[in-house]
Amino acid sequence: MKRFARYLVFYSALIGIWFLLAKLKVWPPYVFPTPQGVLESLWAGFSDHSFWIAIGVSMKRMLLGYSLSVILGMVLGLGVASNKFLEQTVGGLLVSLQSLPSICWLPLAVLWFGLTEKAILFVVVMGSLLSVTIAMETGRQQMPKIYGMAGRNLGARGFPLFWYVLLPASLPYIVSGLKQGWAFAWRSLISGEMIFVSLGLGQMLMMGRDLNDMSLVIAVMILIVAIGYIVDGLVFRTIERRLQQKWGLTPAT
Amino acid sequence: MPHPSAETKASAKVSLQGISLSYKANGGTHLLALEDINLKVNPGEFVCVVGPSGCGKSTLLHLIAGLQQPSSGKVLIDDKAVEGPGTDRILIFQELGLFPWLTVGGNVEFGMKMKEISKAERQEKIQYYLRLVHLGKFKDSYIHQLSGGMRQRVALARALATEPDVLLMDEPFAALDAQTRDLLHDELERIWAETGRTIIFVTHNVREAVRLGDRVVLFTFRPGRVKREFLIGLPRPRHLEDVAVAKTAREILDDLREEINRSLEAEYSHEAVR
Repeated sequence: MKRFARYLVFYSALIGIWFLLAKLKVWPPYVFPTPQGVLESLWAGFSDHSFWIAIGVSMKRMLLGYSLSVILGMVLGLGVASNKFLEQTVGGLLVSLQSLPSICWLPLAVLWFGLTEKAILFVVVMGSLLSVTIAMETGRQQMPKIYGMAGRNLGARGFPLFWYVLLPASLPYIVSGLKQGWAFAWRSLISGEMIFVSLGLGQMLMMGRDLNDMSLVIAVMILIVAIGYIVDGLVFRTIERRLQQKWGLTPAT
Repeated sequence: MPHPSAETKASAKVSLQGISLSYKANGGTHLLALEDINLKVNPGEFVCVVGPSGCGKSTLLHLIAGLQQPSSGKVLIDDKAVEGPGTDRILIFQELGLFPWLTVGGNVEFGMKMKEISKAERQEKIQYYLRLVHLGKFKDSYIHQLSGGMRQRVALARALATEPDVLLMDEPFAALDAQTRDLLHDELERIWAETGRTIIFVTHNVREAVRLGDRVVLFTFRPGRVKREFLIGLPRPRHLEDVAVAKTAREILDDLREEINRSLEAEYSHEAVR
């Protein structure tokens, strides 16, 4: 409750200062909108369904791209983790590629796929693939060896050993990587949509710029942050906590 | 491939022939963990292996389980050479290695699922083996909700459910409190008598070994060799506090102490390789 009070004080102060600065008209409203203006934009966006549509389109792309990169990343990560040669060569390459902002893949994607959904999907996949792969690889290494041994001892080998033992055993170790992958994918998606105009939240943001509608820009930014926070902070953190508790990594409450 | 040599008795369930294992230590030197182990275990026999820590007794179980390969020598089960893990012999690890993502029932089911036993039969056996270890009501619990002794029982049920001929147990009761351990000794003895499994039980606790075993095999400190074997002819059921148990344990301890002293010397000298 004390934490909640702190949040309340902080955010009321923030909005209060914002409100005052806007009221004093230090900057013109098209540069610095009022809180009410942003609120109205949010309201308008939701009531004429344009926000819902944008969220829907963006989330669909996210889910598709992210699931694709999780599947690919798991296969890649496991491959890399299971072979010393691959680990030293491909593993190193993956880490160095991670320093490339994923939006840098967009020109390549457009040349390969044209101005299609595939190009955006490609950027989203590239945004999170590396984190998922690296997480999977380190997860395999951090996972207690006992589970693999116990599985083999009980007669599991090949794919069943992977599916029923190694994968669940490494989950608590890869979930933070999955979370990071989601955050990267989300960033890539929004950047992609901003440049590559075809619906979605990123395009909404650019539309605000084109219309000189600063309230809309801020409103969409708030939306992007909110969605990011909900998925990252609520969904992933809950999964993470549950996993750690069940896997006995933290004392049960 | 298996050519049973002349001295191999056809009756041995587990037969270790000239098992040696060496590791490559950090400095490139070879560390001999096990040296020329020869041991025969009869069907239905309860054999306890004792020795100081670092004598390779846990490693020996891994070799029998097929999780590791010996540098030389071979492990025979029913005169057939072991080439990898198999559900005819199940190892209960010291750390148990129960799967936290599965329920108690799921853990017990696991080995049977891998053996592709039908679902109906699996359900039946889960019930049977959980009842055998007195965990009938805990089928849907998760591992993190159980106490140490209960986890131990789950591991036992999980191992028994694949119906192995040989049960390999690696210091299973080391981390338990005395009361729970006593209780589990009784239960293990009962289950052993009921199921007729062959058990190889590794422990550093000599009294426990005498309490449970038909035979106690004493290992030397590194490299692990069979130092002596003791046939325990005491009538069952035995208790840890029995005078006869204490007396036999005392005899074995005298031999063991020498090895413990060697292990301590190694630990305090800078030559110790861990």
